[in-house]
Amino acid sequence: MKKLFSGNEAVARGAFEAGVQVAAAYPGTPSTEILENIAQYPQIYAEWSVNEKVAFEVAYGAAVAGKRALAAMKHVGVNVASDALMTAAYAGVNAGMVLVSADDPGMHSSQNEQDNRYFARFAQIPMLEPSSSAEAKAFVKLAFEISETFDTPVMLRMTTRICHGQGIVELEEPQPVVTRPYVKNAQKYVMMPAYARVRRTVLLERMRRLAEYSETTPLNRVEEGDAEIGIITAGVSYTYAREVFPNASFLKLGMTNPLPMRKIAEFISRHRQVYVIEELEPFMEEQIKAAGLQVRGTDLQSTAGELSPDVLRRRFFGTVPKKSAGNDLPARPPVMCAGCPHRAVFSVLRKHRAVVSSDIGCYTLGALQPLNAIDSVLCMGASVGMAQGYARMLEPDRPVVAVLGDSTFIHAGIPALVNAVYNRVKMTVVILDNRITAMTGHQQNPASGKTLQGEQVPVFDFEAVARAVGAAYVRTVDPIETEALEQAIGEALACDGVSVIIASRPCALVDRHQYTGVMAIDKDTCSECRLCLRIGCPAMSLRDGSVVINSDLCFGCSLCSQICPKESIHRTRVNVEG
Amino acid sequence: MAETINVLIVGVGGQGIVAASNVLANAALAAGCDVKQSEVHGMAQRGGAVSSHVRFGTAVHSPVIPLGEAQFLLSFEKLETLRWLDYLADEATVIVNDYRIDPITVAGGKAEYPADIESRLASGGYRTLLIDGMKKAETAGNLKSVNMVLLGVLAARLDLPIDTWKSAISRRFSAESFAINWRAFELGRAAGLNAEQ
Repeated sequence: MKKLFSGNEAVARGAFEAGVQVAAAYPGTPSTEILENIAQYPQIYAEWSVNEKVAFEVAYGAAVAGKRALAAMKHVGVNVASDALMTAAYAGVNAGMVLVSADDPGMHSSQNEQDNRYFARFAQIPMLEPSSSAEAKAFVKLAFEISETFDTPVMLRMTTRICHGQGIVELEEPQPVVTRPYVKNAQKYVMMPAYARVRRTVLLERMRRLAEYSETTPLNRVEEGDAEIGIITAGVSYTYAREVFPNASFLKLGMTNPLPMRKIAEFISRHRQVYVIEELEPFMEEQIKAAGLQVRGTDLQSTAGELSPDVLRRRFFGTVPKKSAGNDLPARPPVMCAGCPHRAVFSVLRKHRAVVSSDIGCYTLGALQPLNAIDSVLCMGASVGMAQGYARMLEPDRPVVAVLGDSTFIHAGIPALVNAVYNRVKMTVVILDNRITAMTGHQQNPASGKTLQGEQVPVFDFEAVARAVGAAYVRTVDPIETEALEQAIGEALACDGVSVIIASRPCALVDRHQYTGVMAIDKDTCSECRLCLRIGCPAMSLRDGSVVINSDLCFGCSLCSQICPKESIHRTRVNVEG
Repeated sequence: MAETINVLIVGVGGQGIVAASNVLANAALAAGCDVKQSEVHGMAQRGGAVSSHVRFGTAVHSPVIPLGEAQFLLSFEKLETLRWLDYLADEATVIVNDYRIDPITVAGGKAEYPADIESRLASGGYRTLLIDGMKKAETAGNLKSVNMVLLGVLAARLDLPIDTWKSAISRRFSAESFAINWRAFELGRAAGLNAEQ
């Protein structure tokens, strides 16, 4: 049967067909839907782990125990998991283990566009790169075979356009589940120096055998065309190059670590000019040139940003696209939703002229106008660690506040909080607890009290954790009650130590019925001060010089009415169904 | 089908653009075409500008439509129509939902919502259909079905059999919301067919 699948759905289907028994992930665009789809197969144990390192370790442990396992994460998640990855490559697996890395060229929803192909090379593990949904499914299955044949974790490297692009996939029957007996083997799995030195030589020998495999596998195929132009490419870049060079010859690589160097040399020898077309860094080009072979690549292509047929046409043929008709249009950046409980916190912090060290999540949008309330965002959990550095080095009366979400706090904020308390710094941590991992599309986490499958588990207790690690001041507030919020933030900032505020209120999109009615402005008393516009609510806008509230968009959170100095904004009983 | 058909669907996060492109792609699949569809999730969902590319034909390589090659633009919001005109082929068909959502830049008084959208489209030489999508969606029974209204207008201009649409829409929605969405689709298709004469 043929189905239209996104690359992420295809990976999930591939895992099912390969008889995967364990899958773990931390949500992150563009990888999130892999686990959401795997969770649809009841045969597979699937979990949201608290971070990518734990996800990798859960899957790796299951593979060592003898069942096929998969871990999925976005590119920056592999940074977090890399500690485990680098040494798992030494120890190898028992049943197959596949790590899916979903890179985000163009930074559609990421803080950087690092090229994770280097991780495969760094860790010395084989890497497959699908060019379509159909290949995504097929490559997952092949990756497990390679993993077991060569006793190594395998990386499946996806990119945003493969993850979120849909294409046709032919469904197949699931394979019988692989069960390999678990045998205790300390020399293989206890990576202490004496044993790891032996495994290091195993790793190098394994890569030599994988290089031979790469020469002969049908994953790396030649598509004969013109003898003039040859193109070496992989992943989504292959689809763009096929679009732009319909008559060229292609060396289409499905396995890009290790590269098939003899095959590449032979391909280059048969074509007058060979180009390497790859997105982001010159990963293949540098290795090919280091082998003394003549190709062109980065002299024609910038390494910044996403590729597309247009980018290739511009670079290879100088075809400059028409001037954009929309350059003069008002920008439409993403905004914090109407009713978002995070908005009030930023509105208060701004008043205190606090240095706000923020983190990865919806609340990162607090950096944009008109809130303009964030000083820095780096990576998961960095808000707390960086705040400690700010607090040490800025003038003592300057308030320093770390702001991070429930899921982010659990992911990487806890060690940094312990560190701040231990090292006796004066700073405030605000946990924006909306009880969901919202930005990636509302995934459950320990603070939501539900598993990936929606089963009830105990709700993570932020207050108890903050007290247990020794925070000097701990308070839970409802951020929509601005008076209480202001009081708590005032007390926290006055505290001579680490203070923790848990601003707790469900995401407006998850619980749409937490408010009744919508807000409306009383034109008779409104002084048109426009203070309400400064909270950046998308339901409020300026029309013909006056502020109006769009009742289709308003959630009725009442933040605007609480900041209105003339008390001109009131709740009205309008039914807001749907 | 010799030529690849490229449909660009644009609007504002939360308007049902992903669902619309999914239905279109499945209808093309049911009609026996090769299909690719590409969109971007994440940050862009939070009220930002959103676009989805749907391509179908004999063999489709790139999941992204090259500039100047979209024969159809389906726009869920008036201003957003103008942002994507570079993607349009000559004499492309532009289907516009007659609906305004102020970007935060306009809402905050930092920028003006353009007043000349229709004249700019007219001067581009496109076949433009301005559709009162929200009104039709309301008639169908739910404002959210506006995506099926606009898809119906597009369906009147495409060569896909009607039963492929019906199966794609029934697959996307639950039995109870299928009725509303199918009604919305039919209202849109009628508008598309009428405009053609």
